Parts: sequence; C-alpha cells; structure tokens
Amino acid sequence: MTQQQTISVTELNNRIRALLDSDQFLSAVCVRGELSNYKAYPSGHHYFTLKDAESSLRCVMFKSAASRLRFRPESGMGVTVWGRVAAYPRDGVYQLYCSDMMPEGAGDLQVAFEQLKAKLAAEGLFDAGRKKPLPRFPARIAVITSSAGAAVHDIIRVMGKRWPSSKIILLPVRVQGPEAPPEIASALRYANRHRVAELIITGRGGGSIEDLWAFNDERVARAIAESVIPVISAVGHEPDVTIADFVADLRAATPSNAAELAVPDENEIREGLLSADIRLSQAMRKQIGNYRRSLDDTASRRVMRSPTGFIDQRRLELDGVRMRMTSASGAVISEKRNGHISLAAKLDALSPLKVLGRGYAIASAGDGSVVRDAGQVEVGDLLRLRLAKGGLACRVEHVVNADGRKV
Amino acid sequence: MPENNCTFEDAMARLNEIVKTLEKGDSPLNESLALFEEGAGLVAACQKELDDAEQKVVKLRKGPGGEPEETPFLDEAP
Repeated sequence: MTQQQTISVTELNNRIRALLDSDQFLSAVCVRGELSNYKAYPSGHHYFTLKDAESSLRCVMFKSAASRLRFRPESGMGVTVWGRVAAYPRDGVYQLYCSDMMPEGAGDLQVAFEQLKAKLAAEGLFDAGRKKPLPRFPARIAVITSSAGAAVHDIIRVMGKRWPSSKIILLPVRVQGPEAPPEIASALRYANRHRVAELIITGRGGGSIEDLWAFNDERVARAIAESVIPVISAVGHEPDVTIADFVADLRAATPSNAAELAVPDENEIREGLLSADIRLSQAMRKQIGNYRRSLDDTASRRVMRSPTGFIDQRRLELDGVRMRMTSASGAVISEKRNGHISLAAKLDALSPLKVLGRGYAIASAGDGSVVRDAGQVEVGDLLRLRLAKGGLACRVEHVVNADGRKV
Repeated sequence: MPENNCTFEDAMARLNEIVKTLEKGDSPLNESLALFEEGAGLVAACQKELDDAEQKVVKLRKGPGGEPEETPFLDEAP
C-alpha cells in the first residue's frame, strides 16, 4: 500500500463542492424531467426530486425563486427547470438549485390559470347561483382600473353617450405588475366598505397574457367573489378570458362593452317613457269613455229622459183603475136597477089598478068585502064599484047566477 | 332622482305598474285619475332627469381618515 493522505469527510465534501462549482456547464443547466415527492415547506422553500425513467436528481428551490412561480408544481408534472448543480457537504449529496421552473407543454401561466380555475370552481365561486342581478339604472358606477389607460376613457365615452345620468367614480389602480392584484383587490373591498356605487366595473384594455395577469390573480378573484356590489369584469379584448371573468357577476368582452352592459340606452328609455305616456292617456281616455258610455246608457233610459213620464204612467194606471172601478160599480147599479124595473113591472102587472085599467071593475059589498060570487048579493043591495079612475055606488037590479040564469 | 329618495329605477317600475293598472281599467274613476296624474308626473320627472343629466366623473381616493374623497377626474389620456 502506498502512503495515502487521510482527510476528513468535510474536506472531501468540500473538495467535491469546489470541483462542481468550478464546472461552467454545471453552473447553469436546464433539465427536463418529472416532478416527484414535491414538498413546499412552511419556510417557503420547495424540495423535490426530478426524475426520468432511469435516474433521479435531488432539487431545491428557495423561497425567493419559488414565490415567483405562477403555477403550483405538483408531483407527476413534467417540467423544465433551470438552475445550477452544487454539492451539499453536510449530507454528502449534490443537488440542483432551481431558479425557475416551467411546466412542460403548456406555458406556466396557462397551467396556473387552469389550476386556479379548477380550485375556485371547486369552491363554487363560479356558480350561476352566486351571480347578483345588475341594477337597471345605476346612479353611481365605480370603475376600478388605471386612470391613464384606454379602458377608463372607453367606459366614460360610452356611458356618456348612453346614460349620462349616472355618476362614474374612478378608483385608480395599477392594472399590471406585482402591485396590481393587491391594489385591485383592495379597491374592490374599499368600494364595498364605503358603498361608493351600485355597480362596479373592473378591468383594463387589451395586452399580452402577462399584461392581463392581475385579473388571473386569486386575490382579485376572491375580492370580486366577496363583493356585495355587483361586478362586471372587462378585461382585454373579446377572446381574452380571465379568472375575474368567471367570478364576476357579468363578463364584458371589452371595457366599452362593460359600459353598454352597465347602463341602458337613453334613447330606448325615452321611447319607453313616451310609450308609457301614450298608454297612460289611452287607458285613461278609454276608462273615461267607458264611464261616459255607461252614463249615457243610464241617462237615456226613459225615466231619466222625461221624469214626468213616470208620473204620466202612474196617472194612466190610476185612470185605468178608476175606469175599471167605475164600470164595475155601474154594472152593479144597473143590475140592481134592472132588478127593480122587472120587480116593478111584476108589481105593476099584479096591481088591481092595472086590471081596472083594462076596463075591469071591483065590486065590494057594504061591509067592504070584495064580491066574487053573484050569490053573495041580493037585489037591492048597495055595491061599490071601483073603476080605474074613480068609483060608483050602485043598486043591484037583478042577479045572474053562474049559469047565466036570472034568479 | 325624480323625487327625493326615489331612484330612476323606482320611478320606472312605478310607472309601469300604473300603466298596467290603468290598462286593466277596473279601478274606480277617482283612483284612476289619481293614478293617471301620478303616472304623468313620473313621465315628466323621468324625462326631466334625462334632460338634465350630464356626465359626472370623479376620481375617488382614500382621504386622510380612510374615508373616500372625490376629486374631479382630469383627463390623463394615455
């Protein structure tokens, strides 16, 4: 055995570290692999293993780099990582110190977008039932956007044209850069706390996906979801869809479109007012017409037209009754009268005077008895003869019996 | 607003209600007349509000006490 120098573990590991550090290639590598055993520690550092079919590599991503990640790395995800390879003498291992990471295939922003979208959807933040109805005629509209951007001018222009009666309250915020999400979220909360408006529009004009990124931020999404005031999102151009659009109560394709959705068109409302005015008058005229017709109907009844007609009618009725009464009583009287006449006639017929009238005479004896039989008298008797008019006193000369023979 | 503490929205809603009631035509005449007068007043008030409306734009910033402070929005055109 040759004489060998004995060194400590530390000395060896340090030597290896120095060797790796001196390698230019290892100081900036770009490695593709699959994430496994991914752990984000409370310290903010991320630890994971990058592997392929045959090999694996220990990796660490410190908080400063990990906090810049816009997606959430997960085990099983194919990624490309950038970093430097260095030894870690304490454990006698080498590892990749990652400075950046990109998901494979889709861009990191795309992945972040899909991840946040899935997470918030699972929480129900996009549910149709959460959407608040928009006021039809908002008197005050808060606009949360940059005071220097095109968006605010588009909104002011369109609203001024459509519905100048509403007041626009601009809450100026930055709409891109790392400060944008907290500023937008805080403006949303501020508008709610002070109830500055009945409707909020938040958004910005078009730009790259990075420019629009603030509206894909979880803080902004949650502030929109928590807003009691209805929110219209208006980010970028028509094809740009952000997380804010999913959470908002209404998504506008552009800021100008948001203004169109927020307020009605004054011309349409004026037309509506005009038609309401016409309908009011028509309805009133119709009702008055109906009343007039019904009044006319009533007034044209005969009793109303000639009140004396009523009295006349009564008078006629009275006359009728009177006539019937008269004729009824007349009948009674004439009937009585007729009865009387016939009785009188009967009486008359029976009257001896009537008989006398025909030339008969009534003979009565001295004692007043009526002589009916010649046998009752003697010659020389005094008889009284009653004639129709006056009487005679006669002496019987002879008596003729019933046979016609002289006695 | 057409009347104090009455929003344009309230006014329009009331107006529509009045038109519908009148069109049904079954209210007593004196009520109908009152409704008609109210409706005509609302139409006039709404029209006046539209006529008088001019765009107001303000910028809102947090005041020293955290209370909102409105300042006129001056064009900061891009």
